[in-house]
Amino acid sequence: MSQAVVSINYKKSVIDAVIAGLLALIVFGPIVGIVLDGYDFNAEPERLMWIVLTVMAGRLAASVFFQTSKGAAFLYKHSSKEEGVHVLPPGHKSKLRWIIPLTIVIALLVPFIASKYILTVVILGLIYVLLGLGLNIVVGLAGLLDLGFVGFYAIGAYGLALGYEHLGLGFWSMLPISAIIAAIFGAILGFPVLRMHGDYLAIVTLGFGEIIRLVLTNWTEVTQGPNGMNAPLPTFFGMEFKRRASEGHVPFHEFFGIPYSSVYKYIFIYLVLLLVVLGVLYVKKRLTKMPIGRAWEALREDEIACRSLGLNHVLVKLSAFMIGASTGGLAGVFFATYQGFVNPSSFTFFESALILAIVVLGGMGSTLGVVIAAFVLTVAPELLREFADYRVLAFGMLMVLMMIWKPRGLVRMTRTGVEQREGNVK
Amino acid sequence: MSSLMEFKEVDVHYGPIQALKKVSLSVNEGEIVTLIGANGAGKSTLLMSIFGQPRISSGEIIYRGEDISKKSSHYVASHGLAQSPEGRRIFPGMSVEENLLMGTIPIGMDHAEEDMRKMFDLFPRLEERRNQRASTMSGGEQQMLAIARALMSRPKLLLLDEPSLGLAPIIVKQIFEILKDVASTGMTIFLVEQNANHALKLADRGYVMVNGEIRMSGTGDELLVNPEVREAYLGGH
Repeated sequence: MSQAVVSINYKKSVIDAVIAGLLALIVFGPIVGIVLDGYDFNAEPERLMWIVLTVMAGRLAASVFFQTSKGAAFLYKHSSKEEGVHVLPPGHKSKLRWIIPLTIVIALLVPFIASKYILTVVILGLIYVLLGLGLNIVVGLAGLLDLGFVGFYAIGAYGLALGYEHLGLGFWSMLPISAIIAAIFGAILGFPVLRMHGDYLAIVTLGFGEIIRLVLTNWTEVTQGPNGMNAPLPTFFGMEFKRRASEGHVPFHEFFGIPYSSVYKYIFIYLVLLLVVLGVLYVKKRLTKMPIGRAWEALREDEIACRSLGLNHVLVKLSAFMIGASTGGLAGVFFATYQGFVNPSSFTFFESALILAIVVLGGMGSTLGVVIAAFVLTVAPELLREFADYRVLAFGMLMVLMMIWKPRGLVRMTRTGVEQREGNVK
Repeated sequence: MSSLMEFKEVDVHYGPIQALKKVSLSVNEGEIVTLIGANGAGKSTLLMSIFGQPRISSGEIIYRGEDISKKSSHYVASHGLAQSPEGRRIFPGMSVEENLLMGTIPIGMDHAEEDMRKMFDLFPRLEERRNQRASTMSGGEQQMLAIARALMSRPKLLLLDEPSLGLAPIIVKQIFEILKDVASTGMTIFLVEQNANHALKLADRGYVMVNGEIRMSGTGDELLVNPEVREAYLGGH
């Protein structure tokens, strides 16, 4: 294609800039321009003027840039051109294959080089990776919009706390049991919503999440309500990570003859969590290649076609709900043990929205995208503590920009085509 | 010839509306049977009722000596009945191969490679496009894919719902050529069509449905020359 001479329509750019300026005036005017002082208002036109001028200058520059050939190419590259899954040629090997082992090595080194604070932030990031992966199966693969995913997270977390309080079970017994309980609740939620789609499903699942939270808040005899409950720390072959162990136990640091440090427990939680995340990643990768994974995607694409093919949609939907829920339950157990304490206020609808945002921003169905998005949305706010006031604003802006330019998420779901085989199929 | 599938006085209701009225028909082993009729006559309802969607309100659907009218759709599909649904209903975001693999759900993956080879021999166009997303193919190719997907479950009886829907006349002709090839392998086919001309030429026997009732039946050739059928479905000439 020959390089076309691009003429820039400056008049259009100026109009764009003026419109952006007016919008900025409307949006920022009441917030920035008027400052409450006791019972009076002080007008601050100067600050407002600077903001509006910046917006106008930025809009002018952007408008001119997008009219140049470079800008047009940029727009074309970043606009969504096609829908759905991207199928790679068979035998495709990514050029970035070396990143996976490198990431695992770095991940294993993190606890030994990072400070305690960074370690706790990364643990939180990994917990959200688990939550994202769980919801990704339900929303991304099976296409069932679940707004109450936080319910399973709460069940996992309270599973650990209640098991410790009432049954005397520790972290290691409750880890699998909580996952199973969460899966059972996934089935309980799954049965009534088998015939529902889209909006109706979203509303029912939203209700489910709230029911779980309200039960935890109000059933005070069992859950101690808003006061919360203590959750146990994990043990290392029966050794505890406390300064002084309880009756009949040896603390970890005494056994190895090293001085006590509170960081050991975080290192241990981190390593266990990392193993679980890697395990879930592996299982999920296998599942998407198995018939059940294809069945989830088929159900998302066309339910009527699935029925005409004789797909048992009850089994397929329930399995998606249950596997997703059990992953959420695992995340909950780690959250409880990491905090050492759970209470219902950790499991509000905002958490569900955040997990959903991780899946949508990461790219529906894309594992890599979900991992990246989970870290971006949980670690970034921690690192930018000083800007905490603007966190939700930045979050909203990120969402809007993503939906305009990358509606399929950060990383598009890709699948390698089926290899042509020797033998029967040539 | 023994009857492979038989409808015995089947009624279907959608709420207060009766869609099928005492429908009786039979499909014998190795035959091509067609059901023709106008829009809204109840043809698709009849086909979907085999899979229990909707459930019939009275009567029996006998398949190989067993009443399947109360069985689940996956039971029916895993016992040798496959259908290519109305409007094709392929999985748009999946590749051709993945669509074909979805067809193996009722019987498992054991014969997947062998059968896929057979499908590619039958539909060479699909082999050219095996790693292409199904939504990027033409209507005729998508219809071929829908038929091939149905055949992947090794059915005893292939049910087709309007394979000519929305296709150019020349493509319709190709599709019917392919159906003739499929039938020559001994496959029993039950074809629901609006394109009466093509369908009756292909079929051994045919039924004419009007307002949820079977109005006429006979061999394909008999119906083709029947003045009433010609008047109503073949443009009167």
